[in-house]
Amino acid sequence: MLARSTERRDFLLQKKLLAAFFQHRIHYAMLLPGMLYFLVYKYLPMYGAVIAFKDFSINDGILGSSWANPWYKHFKYFYDSPYFAQVMTNTLLISIYKLFWLMPTSILLAILLSEIRWKPFRNIVQSILYMPHFISWVIILGISLALFSEADGLINTMLKDWGLHSFPFLTSNEWIRSLLVGSDLWQNMGWGAIVYLAAIAGIDPTLYEAARVDGAGRLRMIWHITLPGIRNVIVLMLILRMGTILDAGFEQIYVMYNIQVYEKADIIDTWVFRTGLEQFNFSLGAAVGLYKSIIALTLVVTANAIAKRWGESIW
Amino acid sequence: MVMNSKERWYEGTVYVALLLLAALVVFPLLYVLSVSLTPYSEVMKNGGFRIIPTQITWEAYGMFLKDSTIPRAYGVSFFVTIIGTLLNVILTVLMAYPLSKKTLPGRSALLFIVMFTMMFSGGIIPTYLIVKATGLLNSVWSMIIPTAVGTFSLLITKTFFENIPESLIEAARIDGASESRVLVRIILPMSLPVVATIATFYGVMHWNEFFNAVMYITDTDKLPLQVVLRGILTASMSSEINSEKTVPTTTLQMAGVILSALPVVATYPFIQKYFTKGMLVGAVKG
Repeated sequence: MLARSTERRDFLLQKKLLAAFFQHRIHYAMLLPGMLYFLVYKYLPMYGAVIAFKDFSINDGILGSSWANPWYKHFKYFYDSPYFAQVMTNTLLISIYKLFWLMPTSILLAILLSEIRWKPFRNIVQSILYMPHFISWVIILGISLALFSEADGLINTMLKDWGLHSFPFLTSNEWIRSLLVGSDLWQNMGWGAIVYLAAIAGIDPTLYEAARVDGAGRLRMIWHITLPGIRNVIVLMLILRMGTILDAGFEQIYVMYNIQVYEKADIIDTWVFRTGLEQFNFSLGAAVGLYKSIIALTLVVTANAIAKRWGESIW
Repeated sequence: MVMNSKERWYEGTVYVALLLLAALVVFPLLYVLSVSLTPYSEVMKNGGFRIIPTQITWEAYGMFLKDSTIPRAYGVSFFVTIIGTLLNVILTVLMAYPLSKKTLPGRSALLFIVMFTMMFSGGIIPTYLIVKATGLLNSVWSMIIPTAVGTFSLLITKTFFENIPESLIEAARIDGASESRVLVRIILPMSLPVVATIATFYGVMHWNEFFNAVMYITDTDKLPLQVVLRGILTASMSSEINSEKTVPTTTLQMAGVILSALPVVATYPFIQKYFTKGMLVGAVKG
């Protein structure tokens, strides 16, 4: 009796579920092409990452290639190679420098913009500051050449005019990281301010009124109201950036670096690209890529767990 | 509001600081323009470029238009941008709409499948192998299909759709509208800001396309503008100088920079107000 009633309940539930699926059939049809895209171009590569554990050969394909012996052969090769330390150091340093410069600048910019009450000025400045975000790295390379090239860049022309000697800003290990960090700052400081501007807009204006009545100046208000008011967002953005610390800016670096500066500018992704695709070490490249993806996943999940503690979950 | 002198100083400092930062953004672009217009013979004579050109000439631009490389790359980039953005927007809206329905069975599983790709990827090499396996290697479609849906844009769009009142959709349905009709006639017109925002993001992404092209395309006549331009820019930097090729002068290089920045910089003022709104929605609610 009892068994029959649960059976019946299951049956009804199934029928209801089927009816719900049927009712949404057009929605599933709409989803189909997009999901297919995700499966083919996002999930198949995840499966394809097994070649990190194989000795991949183009002729045998992903399935047919034989397993590496031992299975961690390519990982070990990377770990033992002299590039490991260099590439890891470069990735982390460039990433941390960028974070160190970009975040405070964006916060400062957001505060400055929020202090402006004359709307047209604010809008124009804001639009100008967002613009570099839409400019490609190749164009930024062009701009860097115009400004910093040793032969006829503006800075070196000026230095030479003043009787000083010129600097190889673009082709020396000494300057390349500053150039990478500086151009990243130029491209993204305005764009980075958006999220802090939104947070500042969300601060209760009566707090400022009260502070004004108490005789607080503008700087005091920034210190005691604005900054604490956006503290959560700052922490959240910091945690989020931690999750992507191994992405030091693949495209930017690939576009802007050159063989003279590999020592200081070569990051994991650029190394994977050169070793894997340009020198056809597919398995080695895949192994290093996978190593990076797994660390990144761990970092993102950890970062989210921390963010949750702060009451600001990412998903 | 009455301001004392201290307040006035403060305000003045804020304005000046922002003006300086804005100048920092604008100056390099203007300088590049100025270099592209300077006759190279002047540079040889005076030793280096000046901030304000002493003479102006369009010869560098003329050379590019006569040469077939840049116009062809322009064509490739325009094709990829227009077709790619269309496909991006259509697929994104088609996905975002069902995913915005809280009653859709399996919604959270589908969302997880989509979101997981933001956290974990197979990597560059396996992706290359899949692109190769699907026959896109060395085709302009390799710059379009492997980036058909952007997860971030999808989430912004989904969030926007979720905030459209359900009663509106119900009313249309009672009037006998089909789902596709609801989407095209009611949802889309209401979602213009967000559609404009994602279209901008996708469009700029395609116009600035560099990496997929470097990875997947070997035929020089299928290369987009950014890749061709990088070749022109680094020709003089590379250590091995090919004696048969003439190294482009800085003037010519900067004319190339201006030509490829032009579409973005020129359309920017018109599209700017949409994505500012769209981004703020995304930043607050995303």
